[in-house]
Amino acid sequence: MNTAVTPVEGAQPVLGGSVDGSVDGAPPDLDAAIAASPVADLLATLDDELVGLVPVKTRIREIAALLLVERLRREVGLTAGPPSLHMSFTGNPGTGKTTVALRMAEILHHLGYVRKGHLVAVTRDDLVGQFIGHTAPKTKEVLKRAMGGVLFIDEAYFLHRPENERDYGQEAIEILLAVMEEQRDDLVVILAGYRDRMDQFFGTNPGMRSRIAHHIDFPDYAPDELGQIARLMLGRMQYRLSDDAAVALAEYIERRRGQPEFANARSIRNALDRARLRQANRIVTRRDGPPLTRDDLMTIEAADVRASRVFSEPAGDAS
Amino acid sequence: MRLTQGTFSYLPDLTDEQIHAQVEYCLTQGWALSLEHTDDPHPRNTYWEMYGPPMFDLHDAAGVMGDLADARGTFPERYIRLNAFDATRGIESVRLSFIVNRPSREPGFGLERQEGPGRTIRYTIRAYASDRPEGERYP
Repeated sequence: MNTAVTPVEGAQPVLGGSVDGSVDGAPPDLDAAIAASPVADLLATLDDELVGLVPVKTRIREIAALLLVERLRREVGLTAGPPSLHMSFTGNPGTGKTTVALRMAEILHHLGYVRKGHLVAVTRDDLVGQFIGHTAPKTKEVLKRAMGGVLFIDEAYFLHRPENERDYGQEAIEILLAVMEEQRDDLVVILAGYRDRMDQFFGTNPGMRSRIAHHIDFPDYAPDELGQIARLMLGRMQYRLSDDAAVALAEYIERRRGQPEFANARSIRNALDRARLRQANRIVTRRDGPPLTRDDLMTIEAADVRASRVFSEPAGDAS
Repeated sequence: MRLTQGTFSYLPDLTDEQIHAQVEYCLTQGWALSLEHTDDPHPRNTYWEMYGPPMFDLHDAAGVMGDLADARGTFPERYIRLNAFDATRGIESVRLSFIVNRPSREPGFGLERQEGPGRTIRYTIRAYASDRPEGERYP
C-alpha cells in the first residue's frame, strides 16, 4: 500500500506541506518557525469563534505545538514517525463536536498535517452495507474520498450493534482500523458521539480505543457561555437583543437548562430561531405606530423571548 | 513487443511518482478516475474490464494509488490502465488514459494475410497472446 509518494527527502516520513528550512546543520530557529507558522492566527480565531471548550482548545494547542516541534526536529535531522492524530470527540448533545471537527480539518491542513484539508462527514449508513459483500466496497470508497483530509464519523457508536452478532458494522470497523494504522499520514479519523454510548463502543472495541490517541471530552456550557454563544449567533445573523430581551434570554437559559432534553448550543439556536419567528410575526401583525426602521427589523424584544413555553412550564431542579 | 496506447504512448512507462502527479492533476480538474484491466492486447479491444467502480469525489491521489497497488497485486500479469473521465456537459468522455501495468513478457502481434477474390490481399493483426484462452494468456 506504500505507493503513495514519499517526496524526495529520503526515508524520512514527510508530514506534507512545505518545509521551508533547508536540511543542514544549522541550529533550529524556534522564533522564525513560530512566526512562519499560522498557528497563532488559527488559535486566535478559534478563541474568538468558539466559546468555552477549554479542554478542546488546550488539546488543539498541544497538537499545534507538537507539529511545529516535529518540523523543527526534521530540520535538524531527527526522525520520528508521523504522530497519530486520530481523535474521538465525546460530549453531550450540542456541545460543538461537529463544529470543532469542521474546524479541525482546516487547522490540520494549515499545520501541514493533512494534505488537502477537506472534511468527509459520514454516519453508519455511509459505511455499513445491507448485505454480505456490500460493506467493504462502501467503507473503502468513503476512505478513498477522505484521503488527504479528515474523516468525521458522527455517532460512531452506531457502527457496532452488540445485539446483532451478524451485523456488518464489525467489518467496517476492521477496515477502518487497518487504514487508521497503515495510512495515518493520509487521513485523520475523528469519531464523535455521546459520552456514555461511546464508552460502551470503545469497551467492545478495545482495538479502536488504543488506536485513537486523542480522546477529547466536550464539557457542557456554563450559563454565561450559552449567553455568549447566543450573542455570537445573533451577531452572525445580524440580529441583536434589546436590553430587556438580554435579561429574558439569561432567564430562559437558566430555566431551559433545568428541563429535560437540553441540548446546549443547539437548544439555544432553536430558541433563537423561534424568537425570530415571533419577532417576524410581531412586525407583520402590527398595524399602527411609527414606521418600521432598520433597527426594528434587527431587534429581538423581551416579549419575543418570553413567549416561549419554557416560561410557562415549571423549571426543573437545576434552576 | 512493448504495447503502447493512450495519452503517454510515446513515453516510457510512468513511475509511481509520475502517476501520482498525473492523478493529482486529474483531481484538480475534477475528473473521475477509474482503473481497467485486460489480457487481450489488440488495439481495437476498447472495452476493458473495470477494476472496482470509478472513483468520484476524491480529493487526494492516495486513494487511487492504493487501488492501483491492489489491482497490481491481483493482476500482476495483465494490462492495467488508468482513465480520467470528464463529466462536464458537452464533453462527457475520457480525457486522459494511460497504461500503468503490463505483463512481464509481451509476445506481440502477427500479421495475417487473407487472399480475396482476384489477387486482393486483406491484412489483419493478431496478438500471439490471444491464441490461448482468457486468463491463461500471460503465464
